[in-house]
Amino acid sequence: MRALTWHGKHDVRVDTVPDPEIVNPRDAIIEVTSTAICGSDLHLYDGVIPGMLSGDILGHEFMGRVVDVGSKSTLKKGQRVVVPFTISCGSCFFCKNTQFSACDNTNPVEKQDITEALYGHSVSSLFGYSHLTGGYPGGQAEYVRVPFSDVGPIVIPDGLEDDDVLFLSDILPTGWQGAENADIKEGDTVAVWGCGPVGLFAVQSALAMGAARVIAIDEYPNRLALAKKLGAEVIDFKQTNVLEALTEMSGGFGPDAVIDAVGMESHGFAPDTVMDNIKQNVGMGADSAHALREAIMCVRKGGTVSIPGVYGGMLDKFPLGALMEKGVQVRSGQTHVQRYLPDLLRRIGEGELDTQYMISHRLPLEQAVEGYKNFRWNQNDWTKVVLKPGTQLN
Amino acid sequence: MFRNYRSDDRRDHDPSTLWIATGIGALLGVAAFSIYQAQTRNSVAYRPDDDAPLRVSRRQDSRLTVTGRTVTIDRPRSELYAFWRDFSNLPQVMENVRDVTGGADLSEWTIEGPAGRDVTLVTTVTEDLEGERIAWESTYESEIEHHGYVAFRDAPAGRGTEVTLELAYAAPGGTLGRWVAKALQAEPHLQARRDLKRLKMLMETGEIATNSNRRDAA
Repeated sequence: MRALTWHGKHDVRVDTVPDPEIVNPRDAIIEVTSTAICGSDLHLYDGVIPGMLSGDILGHEFMGRVVDVGSKSTLKKGQRVVVPFTISCGSCFFCKNTQFSACDNTNPVEKQDITEALYGHSVSSLFGYSHLTGGYPGGQAEYVRVPFSDVGPIVIPDGLEDDDVLFLSDILPTGWQGAENADIKEGDTVAVWGCGPVGLFAVQSALAMGAARVIAIDEYPNRLALAKKLGAEVIDFKQTNVLEALTEMSGGFGPDAVIDAVGMESHGFAPDTVMDNIKQNVGMGADSAHALREAIMCVRKGGTVSIPGVYGGMLDKFPLGALMEKGVQVRSGQTHVQRYLPDLLRRIGEGELDTQYMISHRLPLEQAVEGYKNFRWNQNDWTKVVLKPGTQLN
Repeated sequence: MFRNYRSDDRRDHDPSTLWIATGIGALLGVAAFSIYQAQTRNSVAYRPDDDAPLRVSRRQDSRLTVTGRTVTIDRPRSELYAFWRDFSNLPQVMENVRDVTGGADLSEWTIEGPAGRDVTLVTTVTEDLEGERIAWESTYESEIEHHGYVAFRDAPAGRGTEVTLELAYAAPGGTLGRWVAKALQAEPHLQARRDLKRLKMLMETGEIATNSNRRDAA
């Protein structure tokens, strides 16, 4: 089959690789009809996530048709499913508590050694990501082996297009959990850093959860325009001092909750960003976290910081004093995708949540490399790229 | 002329070299003082044993290395005990155990040792409490001297069973041998951790997770 493979920093290729097959009883094989490039794929593209191997198949936002099932799979051939990016067993302590991304049993044991060394405990596996999280082949491919297929995939009813539901695989529940972690109360003011796909979904989710005002922060006019269309007020951090602006726009309080939908490659021009980038470039530290530092400075006393943005390693110059002295609570985590799927699918079906507006480009799988390049270097125009295996080159 | 004069002067009395040396000296001094401070601040002369198990202690017996691991498995004690008590089940979850032969008490284990060399262990069961604990020790025929036990305790709050595997062994080649084994990923601590996690996967999910896309590579 054809698949998008990783070979190093800024080096991804569409290669021919062996087709997957059923390995374990709970497996299913999915023929991919739609798969997206995620902002967190760009962390891999930029080589800042540890634990990648040359030849790894990327992609963790995908959906398609079931073409083969193992003896213990509950799926049926021909069903259309969206597959969560987190792989979860459904029966361990964490899955039973709906903390699916903390699953104990999906990360192969040999892979858990280094995760334990780095994080203290191993976490669930993810498709198409670092070997710290299992190193499972991903979904930017014609076919995917989906382990534990009786727990993850959600069957999509007829009448909903791929592009309506594809984002259930990651970014929609990630934005939703980001807003849920912000502990929003009726009438709250919520600030969201980053108007990429997760940030935009966080804006929608925060409004759906009763926030009176959502203020979105980015620098790209097209992305800010999308946030504005959803009902957010916007701040362009290249023309405005964010801390002063948020304080003034919230009656001197600061926002009740702040959401960091940027993650480890924050690029705002500030001294701490330069220091972080030097460390990233020489491999000394993984995370650049200007947005998170700024969010902690901006949040009101006793407020909540929610971090759906992805981080991988160690951080310094962290405003721990502000966090402690202001009595701020922090909530974070990879998304417990399976927890949110039935509710979010219902909201999409009833027209409550629009998801297609952010897709700027649809490409055949063969043009995936072009998709990565532009999503990385032309962020203003390329807001979300969906790849369609099985369609022809333009 | 002028250039020569400057370079000679720099070699002999360059003030910047002196400043750099002074700076490095000062940094080393501060570092040394910080280490001294950390070592001596509120120092304690006698430490009574704490409640943590010996296998995680910083002070270990020098002849026998004690190692092990605990995992919580969401299955009843009796089921886990029964699986373990039939030693022929264990190669399913123990990556480096090739084969187990023998009866209920005396067993011969063929272990894949470091660098592909097989090691034979012969063990005899020394304690067998149904549903609670199985202990064993090596006989004189065993290539590696060791003793160990596996214990099953009810986990709090209905979380299943806490399974502890503990081994005390004389590392072949002493401390150096231990480091070599660790580098080759054939060291008992690492194996205990991986084996228990595989047991957990098999018992909780019915299969052992693999990221392989093909059966022949799994």
